[in-house]
Amino acid sequence: MKELIEVRWHGRGGQGAKTAAQFLAEAALDAGKFIQAFPEYGPERAGAPIRTYTRISAKPITLHCGVSNPGYVVVIDPTLATASAVEGLGEEGVLLVNTSESAEAIRRKTGFKKGKVATVDATQISIDTLGAPMPNMPMLGALLKVAPLVELDALYEKIKAKFLKKIGEEKTNANISGIKKAYEEVKVE
Amino acid sequence: MNKVVALTGDQAAAEAMRQIEPDVVAAYPITPQTEIVMNFAQYVADGRVQTEMIPVESEHSAMSACVGAAASGARTMTATSANGLALMWEIVYIAASTRLPIVMPVVNRALSGPINIHCDHSDTMGARDSGWLQVYCENNQEVYENVIMAVKIAEHKDILLPVMVCQDGFITSHAVEGVKPYEDKRVKDFVGEYRIQHSLLDVDRPVTYGPLDLQDYYFEHKRQQAEAVKNSLKVIPHIFAEFKKHFGVEYDFIETYKMDDADIAIIALSSTAGTAKVVVDELRAEGKKAGLLRPRFFRPFPKEMLVQALKGLKAVAIMDRSESFSGRGGPLFAEMRSALLDEADRPLTVNYIYGLGGRDIDTKQIKSVYTDLEKIAAENKVKHLINYLGVRGEK
Amino acid sequence: MKKKGWKEIPIGGLIDKGGTAAEYKTGDWRTFRPVRDEKKCIHCLLCWMYCPDSSILVKDKKMTGFDYEHCKGCGICASICPVKCIKMDKE
Repeated sequence: MKELIEVRWHGRGGQGAKTAAQFLAEAALDAGKFIQAFPEYGPERAGAPIRTYTRISAKPITLHCGVSNPGYVVVIDPTLATASAVEGLGEEGVLLVNTSESAEAIRRKTGFKKGKVATVDATQISIDTLGAPMPNMPMLGALLKVAPLVELDALYEKIKAKFLKKIGEEKTNANISGIKKAYEEVKVE
Repeated sequence: MNKVVALTGDQAAAEAMRQIEPDVVAAYPITPQTEIVMNFAQYVADGRVQTEMIPVESEHSAMSACVGAAASGARTMTATSANGLALMWEIVYIAASTRLPIVMPVVNRALSGPINIHCDHSDTMGARDSGWLQVYCENNQEVYENVIMAVKIAEHKDILLPVMVCQDGFITSHAVEGVKPYEDKRVKDFVGEYRIQHSLLDVDRPVTYGPLDLQDYYFEHKRQQAEAVKNSLKVIPHIFAEFKKHFGVEYDFIETYKMDDADIAIIALSSTAGTAKVVVDELRAEGKKAGLLRPRFFRPFPKEMLVQALKGLKAVAIMDRSESFSGRGGPLFAEMRSALLDEADRPLTVNYIYGLGGRDIDTKQIKSVYTDLEKIAAENKVKHLINYLGVRGEK
Repeated sequence: MKKKGWKEIPIGGLIDKGGTAAEYKTGDWRTFRPVRDEKKCIHCLLCWMYCPDSSILVKDKKMTGFDYEHCKGCGICASICPVKCIKMDKE
């Protein structure tokens, strides 16, 4: 594992980008890593584009600035897969997009040529598993396939701990199914 | 030992407050402090603390209620940010001058206007002359620990001053980090029980708080306050020592990072210092003698320690996350320059005002400051004394 | 009274005991002093209620005189008296 992993999440207010960034960080924390998860706050409205960040490191993190050169960019909302989503994402980086389109189409839309592009239809997966378009948890599953930052089981444990009381066993399991499915279906090119 | 948990800076402050379990909390929510009050109100509602929570209609009332509660002998806390602090201003001074040991986490936010909810230090820097002690926290663990320590500092019989525990709005207040809380009992043991010497509600021994104090005695009371703040420099180290004995964690008025053989250094408060440490590491890897100096306390101002830490340096950049409109740099710059004035052997100093209204301060910008310092050190000359780092247009 | 230095007084403006106003002799502020005609007085005690300095002396529900150590000579008692038994004499 690289010393410091930085993930930038792009979503719209209400899609759970903040939750996804935080769950990933917390699962890593449970695995003994040092973490940060924080949103970039702007006008907080449902539907407004927002960015959130996760930092994971084997060493204490003292950085307290925004992430400008992420190793991973996760686009939770398909409409946000534009040039601004890949700002600062280098050739070593991975762009993961929730989309039903091809990696080629995403490269065209974002202008991201050299690095890896991963695609998964997380919205459809969440409709199939959860019965609602909540793509954030499937995107977490897909990310863990692309970047083995934490064990899938560790993420499941975190999700159970966070969700069981709040939304019940059925929906918690549906979320886990969505993660599993996205983990299996994500394509990397 | 408790395990590390994921907490935002606001949650860390609220967790400390839960463990301290003050007698009274009177507060009004304001971004980005809201989650402190929200979480603490939840603890009250859930019966996890026996605190008397007073939801007030404004910050002016919050601090007024705190003054009343503290004068009666209750261990009292509140929390605020920016415009909330501005609205309680009148009573902020009264709390300090009445020598009431109120502890107040302040989540630093730019003071309007134009209206802005993000981090800078204009709110608490404006209150630097109010007579409150001020601690600035780099990360969430420090927020947690400083809130606990602030209770002991405020209530110490030789201090008896209110304390602001400042952290950077959103940057730490809303960032989740790993925080290691201590067991409830250990925190309770550390803070102990607070016994006021003269309670306003002790009808058997009646006293008067807040009398009219005119030309005849007001000055004497201000002189006492000045002495108490000065004296806190001698008393607080005992509380650091107690904290270390209790929790095994070492604190001091300042933090030095790779300063021992440094030629150039940045002085910065709060979270920016953390980011600067990464830059120092990078520069050290290049063989450059760069260091970082972080005052944890701005009040009391640890002048001697700061001056001592700068001995032998060639050039120092003092970073201010607020503007004082003096035309002579920010408040930290003014204090540092004043502190260094009497030193024959003093480094060249330069001021950078940065990050106003939450403007991000990243490693690139900080690196550019060290690059400037190298030049200043080499030429032994400061060309631009006051610089605006990260602003668009002329610096 | 000799004024004390900053080390000799309680901190924070605290007055650490009750009843200290009695020590402050405000009687010498007076330029007019209230004088009562005992025969006219009906002991309604309106003067006692209105006096801002608690300087009306009362015993067994009867007005007995003035506390000249603290009476500032404001004349409210004379003004409020329904039978005009209090007059203000020059000191």
